[in-house]
Amino acid sequence: MDSRRAILEALRRAGAPAVPAPPHPAPIRYADPERQFAEALVAVGGRFFRAPDAAGLSAQLAGLEPFASARRMVSLVPGVGRSDLDLSQAADPHALEGLDYAVLPGELGVAENGAVWVAGDRLPLRGLFVVPQHLAIVVPAGALVHTMQDAYARISFSGRGFGVFVSGPSKTADIEQALVIGAHGARSCAVGMVG
Amino acid sequence: MAQAGHPEAAARFAADDARAHWHDQALWFVRLKRDRQARALPEWEALRACAEKIKAHTASRLADYLEEFERNATAAGAVVHWARDAEEHNRIVHGILAARGVTRLVKSKSMLTEECELNPYLEARGIEVVDTDLGERIVQLAHERPSHIVLPAIHKKKEEIGVLFHEQLGTAAGASDPAYLTEAARGHLREKFLAAQAGLTGVNFAVAETGGVVVCTNEGNADMGTSLPPIHIACMGVEKLVPRLADLGVFTRLLARSATGQPVTTYTSHFHGPMAGGELHVVVVDNGRSALLAAPPHRRALSCIRCGACMNTCPVFRRSGGYSYGAVIPGPIGSILSPARDPARHATLPFASSLCGSCSDVCPVRIDLHHQLLAWRGELVAQGRLPAGKRLAMKLASFVFRHPALYRLGGRVGRFLLRHLPRALLYGRWNAWGRQRELPPAPKKSFRELYGRDDG
Repeated sequence: MDSRRAILEALRRAGAPAVPAPPHPAPIRYADPERQFAEALVAVGGRFFRAPDAAGLSAQLAGLEPFASARRMVSLVPGVGRSDLDLSQAADPHALEGLDYAVLPGELGVAENGAVWVAGDRLPLRGLFVVPQHLAIVVPAGALVHTMQDAYARISFSGRGFGVFVSGPSKTADIEQALVIGAHGARSCAVGMVG
Repeated sequence: MAQAGHPEAAARFAADDARAHWHDQALWFVRLKRDRQARALPEWEALRACAEKIKAHTASRLADYLEEFERNATAAGAVVHWARDAEEHNRIVHGILAARGVTRLVKSKSMLTEECELNPYLEARGIEVVDTDLGERIVQLAHERPSHIVLPAIHKKKEEIGVLFHEQLGTAAGASDPAYLTEAARGHLREKFLAAQAGLTGVNFAVAETGGVVVCTNEGNADMGTSLPPIHIACMGVEKLVPRLADLGVFTRLLARSATGQPVTTYTSHFHGPMAGGELHVVVVDNGRSALLAAPPHRRALSCIRCGACMNTCPVFRRSGGYSYGAVIPGPIGSILSPARDPARHATLPFASSLCGSCSDVCPVRIDLHHQLLAWRGELVAQGRLPAGKRLAMKLASFVFRHPALYRLGGRVGRFLLRHLPRALLYGRWNAWGRQRELPPAPKKSFRELYGRDDG
């Protein structure tokens, strides 16, 4: 018997009692989701920016490190930052190494944990959110949900697709529980809410 | 195989009192962070109850959901492989790598591949395997194994890591600053990521409805390893499945809060099929899981989402260290899973618990851990696996409990001796309870005597 059939038959034989799929609990509702999002983002090591439009966000970022001193940058958000690398010509993700900064579009912010949903189909190369040294994600101000339960209600996959929740910069506490920002991915993560 | 012997290994760990205390505090710190996160959500208990039921529901239809997963994963462009045991899992992974000439593999954390002992298998066949989670890289460089499933190097002091990195990565002699050491590891591992021909990850959740696999990390190592090299191999136990995408809303709210006290992991990555021009292989592994599902008393242990909360809170784990369990998965959950695999070898583990129930209280999927530990004790006693000394003591206790007059006499004698015996005798080698602690002051009257008094 092949392994697939053997495993499936063993699991069917195991006779775990039937249990219906439960309803999910009603999640928390924050009085001010945007403020909660900003606080959660800062608590996980990120930075929060609020601007009426792309130009306003650009002006805020321009005066701040590490955006200001980034030598090589890519931006997928019109009006925020610049692109020093033509991503339409870069088929090999190794081209992302050496980028100081990436500005990416985010679909959805999650108030409870400061996470932003980044949809893979908007990234010409999957590694854009993790290989560059620093990251900014731009989210439309209205695209904010309270919790992960609400977020998954808005996400769908049909067939091939990649997507990632990013909550702040890359971090580790593997050495004596000391929190260190910048383990493998972005050393900083700014989220700009625009609109 | 011989018994792993938790008491002996734990005694060795506890002999270094300062270190055992430091280990205890480090884990308690994580437990407190977990508590703060749990209390911030009014629906916390409802979430746990829901997660428990989703797992029970999935387990009752696991074969159907696996078939649904396979169908959807295949439609998204992944290749699904099936492995009955560790050997077959290792053979499949090696086969994929060998057929594509891969000699440099980067891995993110996967307790399943630890369980299957994949690294030595691949290394013996000429493949360089680099663990990329910082804690895992530390123990790999030290030729050790993880001592905790979420915090693999929690047993090591920063000075020891400093020496290790000085010798192996060329960091400055005597340097032990965590930020400095982490930066050195970042540079070292970035070279490995850029040079890798394939990346291997574990799987936190697989979704039947969409055919996707989800990987959660804080460091971004799984993402580096799956977005630079074109080949991604994801290894999962059959129990990682959830039915619907929406179920992730429940589990992603529980996992990181329970594990490290964060509101969510930094990266929660969803893979449906490979990157453009690449390959995604999903290896679905049984390796004893269907047998566990078929054993009613321990079935619920299969719901474990590997958050490590039961270890962080366990007074025995915190004071005896992960290695004392002699198993890939230590702590309360490991003490249930390990005897199921090899009762002779792991017979002491269900006794490495005070049965305080704290593990059950923090478990995000509400596994009845301390009840299962107790059930295991009964099974091991029935199998005759209790040491002779303990067997005798239990017989004696059972006899005394059945004879109230004898019990009362014993209490009186005990209280008298505790007050009047010289210290040297009271804390002699025979008294295991007096070794690392002061005995409580003996009251003059027993509870029974106080309770029986009319004016009491």
